[in-house]
Amino acid sequence: MTPLHYYLIVSALLFAIGFAGALTRRNAILVLIGIELMLNAGNLNFIAFWRYGSHPEHHFTGLMFVIFSIAIAAAEAAVGLALIISIYRHYKTTNLDQVNSMQG
Amino acid sequence: MTGILHYLWLIPALPLLAAGILSLTRQPHRRFAATLAIGAMAVAFGLSLLAFFATLHPQGGIEAQHAVRNIPWFEFGATHLRIGWVLDPLTACMLVMVTFVGSLIFIYSVGYMAQDENFTRFFCFLSLFASAMLGLVIANSLLLFFMCWELVGLSSYLLIGFWYHKPSAAAAAKKAFIVTRIGDLGFFLGMLWLYAATGTLLFYDDGKGCLEAAAITKLVAQVTIGGMALSTIISLLIFCGAMGKSGQVPLHVWLPDAMEGPTPVSALIHAATMVAAGVFLVARVYPLMAGDASGASTNSSALTVVTWVGAITAVFAALVAVAQFDIKRILAYSTVSQLGYMMMGIGMGGYAVGMLHLITHAFFKALLFLGAGSVIHACHEEQDIRRMGGLQKHLPVTFATYAVGMMALSGVPLFFSSFWSKDEILHSALSWQPSRGPFYFGIAGAFLTAFYMTRQVWYVFFARKEPHISVPTAHASHPVPVEPHESPSIMTVPLIILAACAVLLSIIATPVWPWFHAYLSGHLEHLQVSFAISSQVLLTMLLSTCIVTAGISLAWWLYAVKPAQKGEEADALEKLQPDVFSLLRDKFLIDEIYEATAVRLNAVCARVSDWLDQFLWGGLIQAVSFLVLGLSWLNRLLDEFVVNLGFDKGCGSLRTSASILSHFQNGQVQRYLKVIGLAMSILALIFIWGRK
Repeated sequence: MTPLHYYLIVSALLFAIGFAGALTRRNAILVLIGIELMLNAGNLNFIAFWRYGSHPEHHFTGLMFVIFSIAIAAAEAAVGLALIISIYRHYKTTNLDQVNSMQG
Repeated sequence: MTGILHYLWLIPALPLLAAGILSLTRQPHRRFAATLAIGAMAVAFGLSLLAFFATLHPQGGIEAQHAVRNIPWFEFGATHLRIGWVLDPLTACMLVMVTFVGSLIFIYSVGYMAQDENFTRFFCFLSLFASAMLGLVIANSLLLFFMCWELVGLSSYLLIGFWYHKPSAAAAAKKAFIVTRIGDLGFFLGMLWLYAATGTLLFYDDGKGCLEAAAITKLVAQVTIGGMALSTIISLLIFCGAMGKSGQVPLHVWLPDAMEGPTPVSALIHAATMVAAGVFLVARVYPLMAGDASGASTNSSALTVVTWVGAITAVFAALVAVAQFDIKRILAYSTVSQLGYMMMGIGMGGYAVGMLHLITHAFFKALLFLGAGSVIHACHEEQDIRRMGGLQKHLPVTFATYAVGMMALSGVPLFFSSFWSKDEILHSALSWQPSRGPFYFGIAGAFLTAFYMTRQVWYVFFARKEPHISVPTAHASHPVPVEPHESPSIMTVPLIILAACAVLLSIIATPVWPWFHAYLSGHLEHLQVSFAISSQVLLTMLLSTCIVTAGISLAWWLYAVKPAQKGEEADALEKLQPDVFSLLRDKFLIDEIYEATAVRLNAVCARVSDWLDQFLWGGLIQAVSFLVLGLSWLNRLLDEFVVNLGFDKGCGSLRTSASILSHFQNGQVQRYLKVIGLAMSILALIFIWGRK
């Protein structure tokens, strides 16, 4: 059986890639994709810790978290895309550098 | 008597209503104004006649003849003030006299004031005056009396100053108002004292009034300052008011000046009615003056003072009248003198004697003034008798009526009312116990009256020269002589009626049938032939006849029989006694003495007050204001440099820090994310390092 830290490393990489994508992309959709990656890194951690925890066949806590998390991620993606569309309608762009009307 | 009593208030209310309506009427409505004022007065005259007939047959004794109706006016605390009106013979005869003479003078004014542009205002003031005078006559409360008294003074002021564009008229109005106010101060004090002593100001109130037995007895019994009875001192204070209004020496100075007003005003207010209000006041409070509730004449000290003041006034004013040249001023001084007679009569013989002279005087003096007005009108506002003369040819009606008035005033025997009323005064003076002085004063006054009236009539109507009447015209630089003309019939008819009254009134005044005396005192008496032919009465009648004859013939001899005089030449008396004449012509310098004493004192007081005001009180105020100014400067400094400066500093630093911090919120979402990531890594590192 593959040791736990492999999963954690994969998960950390996945998170780092998603974070980097969210930070560096200018396109709002790509930023959203980066966020999805970070979320899934978290999901992978939940699964891994559940599988390597005590009595995984009796306690489905980690699994339940992941199922909810995926559902929330779906909803969040829908909300995010809706926001992006309305931002696009307003600014005629999805470049986040130009969407800065909230500056102080 | 009760029927008319309830409606007695209508008599003053009607002219008041007319005055109210007229005050809102515009000037062009002359016919309406005259009709309304005369109508109100005529209705008041009708009501007065009803009231008069109601008092002709008194039931019961002396107490029952005062029919009163009192109404509560206002309350304060437990006490409540009542006013009311009284109907007794005194009221009734005054009512009839005032409304009758008033109506005639109103009618006369229509002719006299026909050219005046303020015709409506004139009738408004006249009605106001009539209302106040009638209110005064019916008042059953000293307070109501006082209020009407002041209203009468006000309307007198308004009417004297009717031609207010003349400075002399404005000054005369002010003088009249202020001089009578001096007397009114005493009246007011007396009223307050009376209220304090008796607790009521009602004259008659079913035994509780201040002129009824209980109150009078109490007042006579109390002794105050200087050992005088309370009733005496209150009477004297009230008499001060009467002196001011009736022009008794030394407060007479306003009355001759009051002749600046239109002549009907002089006739109505300053001869017939208002100036008689003072005499009426003394007659009204006679029980208080006499210290005897039954109204019988006594020799109380208050009445002695009244007598002497009246006697001095009678002679003093008659002396001054001898040397005057203004037709109205002569009559004014004659009025003062006759008022002195009335006071004397009240003081010595009871109020019936004085009131009889008041009533007869009202008729013939109104007649004389209206006649003088007619002369002035005919001569185009000329008032100097030296510039008139020979007018009997031009003014036959005026001359005839004026002659009747002159003979009535002088006291020509038997057919003229004043002879009887004056004779009654002289008769009571003769039998007056304390002194014979007033009798001699009265005789002297009668002589002087006959003298100055003859002199005036000679100057105006007989002087053998063509009158120097002239009016300036627009085209000629020098005045053009014009012919004097008789007045229109609206002015002569009242003259004829008044002249008839001046004669006919003698019927009620003769000692053979002393109807008036009996009527006023409440017991009807029958023919008193025995009294009439008693030696004393016959003596006074003979004496006064001689005196009058002497006065008239002396004047006639001096002015008419001696060589005729030229226009502006000196008076006959002036040739005989220049010093005495100039003293008399200057009215004994009373005005100058007042000018030098009272007026100057007043001016000094005013100046001192002004100085105090400017420097003492003004300085105090200035100091306070400077203090306030200094404090406010301090306040401003504190505000600007302490409070505001600190606040501004705080605000500035807040703004700086906010502008620095606002750079962090630049709207770049990814920058925020970077910060979050950095913070999270630092947090993770702290956790990792902290675990070890």
